[in-house]
Amino acid sequence: MSNKPKFAMYWAASCGGCEIAVLNIHEKILDVDANFDVVFWPVAMDAKYHDVEAMEDGSILLTLFNGGMRNDENEAIARLLRRKSKILVAFGSCATEGCIPGLANLSPVEELFDIAYHTVSTNNPHNIHPQTSFEVPEGTLTLPTMNPIVKTLAQVVDVDYYMPGCPPESHQIAAVIDLVIQVLQGKAQLPPKGSYIGAGNSTVCDECKRDRNVKTITAFKRIQEVAPVDPKLCILEQGVPCNGPATRSGCNARCPTVGAQCIGCYGPAEGVIDYGARLITAFASVVDAREPAEIEAILDGIPDPTGQFYRFNLADSLLRASTKAWKKNGH
Amino acid sequence: MTQRISIDPITRLEGHGKIDIFLDDKGDVANSYFQIPELRGFERFCVGRPVEEMPLLTNRICGVCPEAHHMAAAKAADAVYHVDPPRTAKMLRELLYMAFYATDHTTHFYALGGPDFIMGPDAPVAERNILGVIHKVGLEIGGKVIQMRKYGHTVVEMIGGRKVHPCTSIPGGITKILSEDERKQIEEMGRWAIDFALFTIQAFKDIVLANKTYLDLIVGDVYTHRTYYMGLVDANNKVNFYDGKVRVVDPDGKEFCKYEAKDYLNHIEERVEPWTYLKFPYLKNVGWKGFTDGKDSGVYMATPLSRLNASDGMATPKAQAAYEEFYATLGGKPVHQRLAIHWARLVELLYAAEHWVELATDPEITSPNVHKVPTEIPTEGVGIVEAPRGTLTHHYTTDERGVLTKVNLIVGTTNNYAPIQMSTNKAARSLIKGGNVNEGLLNMVEMAFRAYDPCFGCATHSLPGQMPLEITIRNPDGEIVDVLKQFVE
Repeated sequence: MSNKPKFAMYWAASCGGCEIAVLNIHEKILDVDANFDVVFWPVAMDAKYHDVEAMEDGSILLTLFNGGMRNDENEAIARLLRRKSKILVAFGSCATEGCIPGLANLSPVEELFDIAYHTVSTNNPHNIHPQTSFEVPEGTLTLPTMNPIVKTLAQVVDVDYYMPGCPPESHQIAAVIDLVIQVLQGKAQLPPKGSYIGAGNSTVCDECKRDRNVKTITAFKRIQEVAPVDPKLCILEQGVPCNGPATRSGCNARCPTVGAQCIGCYGPAEGVIDYGARLITAFASVVDAREPAEIEAILDGIPDPTGQFYRFNLADSLLRASTKAWKKNGH
Repeated sequence: MTQRISIDPITRLEGHGKIDIFLDDKGDVANSYFQIPELRGFERFCVGRPVEEMPLLTNRICGVCPEAHHMAAAKAADAVYHVDPPRTAKMLRELLYMAFYATDHTTHFYALGGPDFIMGPDAPVAERNILGVIHKVGLEIGGKVIQMRKYGHTVVEMIGGRKVHPCTSIPGGITKILSEDERKQIEEMGRWAIDFALFTIQAFKDIVLANKTYLDLIVGDVYTHRTYYMGLVDANNKVNFYDGKVRVVDPDGKEFCKYEAKDYLNHIEERVEPWTYLKFPYLKNVGWKGFTDGKDSGVYMATPLSRLNASDGMATPKAQAAYEEFYATLGGKPVHQRLAIHWARLVELLYAAEHWVELATDPEITSPNVHKVPTEIPTEGVGIVEAPRGTLTHHYTTDERGVLTKVNLIVGTTNNYAPIQMSTNKAARSLIKGGNVNEGLLNMVEMAFRAYDPCFGCATHSLPGQMPLEITIRNPDGEIVDVLKQFVE
């Protein structure tokens, strides 16, 4: 075993996009290899789970943890890696804020099953659902137990840093790796615990090259009603609900650059307590209406307010879950 | 004494797939179970969302093949709005998709599946990885593989806006207009990709086909199942990844059915088992007969090999030549040997690269006419594309505002869940006899399902091409009798 500091990366309930984003730093991966002893990274190498268990607590210097807390296994690994790691980073949108799969918190788990195992193409006359423990003729088979709601990493264990994005941009990942290497060489200092790393401190709008004319709108439009949008003008000012004003900078305004609205994958901008509340405020400020009926009509242009305002952030918002999912959760 | 063997692809706690093998009193295999321990519930929580968000939301099903979900969702959303996007929009989507395919197939061949062949299944473990491949094929190949992946990602980003989770396809077309400068770059990269694909096929022929041991392994019985095969075909029954009709051939290679996306429910059904979170699709008009092959079993396969079997050829000249050589060498259609999937993947790699250039040189590819505003009331629609790992079906129903009321998804790898269960079972049965667990089991089981390139939470997308496997054999009291390990220190 080398004397190099130890590095780990893990995926809980995730899509694998965070891993791909890390692989997309291309030759920078060699810097990781040169400066760290990679001890645990299922996508890239032997898992050695038992080795992790056997390690001394706190012996892994840096763990990048992606994926949400969807079941009891996810939580067990989160607790294990927290114990073994000096620095635990919630990596990517699922770990930091729940991401798209966090929208499952609008429904109790039973409803996810009722839909998934009874779709139009499913032939399930005996109402079979997967069981956490099931007797087959030869013995017992077990499956992990789903959590009642999706949780973020910080809702399960103590987290040192947050790295937002779905997935985090590769140039940001490379910058964070550079920073950690400089810290190891005594050339830089780590930011205060709890900081967001690999991202900016302002909003996507501040990075966006489109022109803002502080123009107000009288109707929200859906992207397919107006595309292609004017290539120079602010997308929100063209009436398309763009999440830029509430969303943290760091991606170089990627989606607006190619004519699509920001959907908010970098999470709340610095200092924002509730993402949806901030976005509602931002939208309200561009709406030009005085009469309640007028306002009502304009808001009808947003057919799915829950998704619009909490698309990536529901699991980490002040709301966290719908009432019915929350009640099933025993709260 | 009944024994139980657990094969955990990574570990029991990983949550990305696990095989349990039960032995009978004689020590032979009684049964085996390949479990998938995850459900995220997209079919529920996408309900209530506007349909134009589906190309963005369903990307997050899989970060390895988000492009496939992006395309299937965009096509389903077109269908919901009864809108036919302009030709340029469809070509831009398909161009992005070809670059993605070339990248994905390259990664699988060089990093995952290829090492088994190029290095040989008996090569020392330490050499059976991408580094071993580079050593054997030549140092410059490592650089070429990285270059191919970079080019692929560059095109995906140019047209899709992002390297992972593209964002430009919307109902009625695409938000991106391609500039002439971008087009030129894409064409150049595509021409390079054709050379790369030809080089790769030549390397496969020189190293694998010229070696009788490897060839015997490909055509051997352990990895053979006579099933139905599924793939998307164009109007001439040529392989197509983006559009066309789904064609299914029977185990004799005869056309069993050919259907449009909107009619999929007449042909496909899914089964739920209580011991796994993933469903098992099968051919409705044959029926579910359990985990068994043959004409009477509705089990079908959807992989690169299936697409070749289900088609009458490739739509580009160089790929067509590679297709003909494939069947001439392996004894005609259909090919049932699962390990031939690796070779079929390279035929597809060449097609993807050739079609990439065809699209990039089409005079209309830079046209600003990339979107048609939907005018009809949204109702219901189905979108189908070929994901690298199998036919991908998205089916949406909306209210009159285009807000989803029903979502059904049959995802690429899911099609192959029953065949994978069968292949691993067969490998186990052939290698475990009288209680003796052959050391080779680990590698044989691994090869059995690596051929499918399964993407169960992308667990097998291991960079070095090594799937850590650990088999623990316990006696009835739960005490460990033996542990076999591979790639697990």
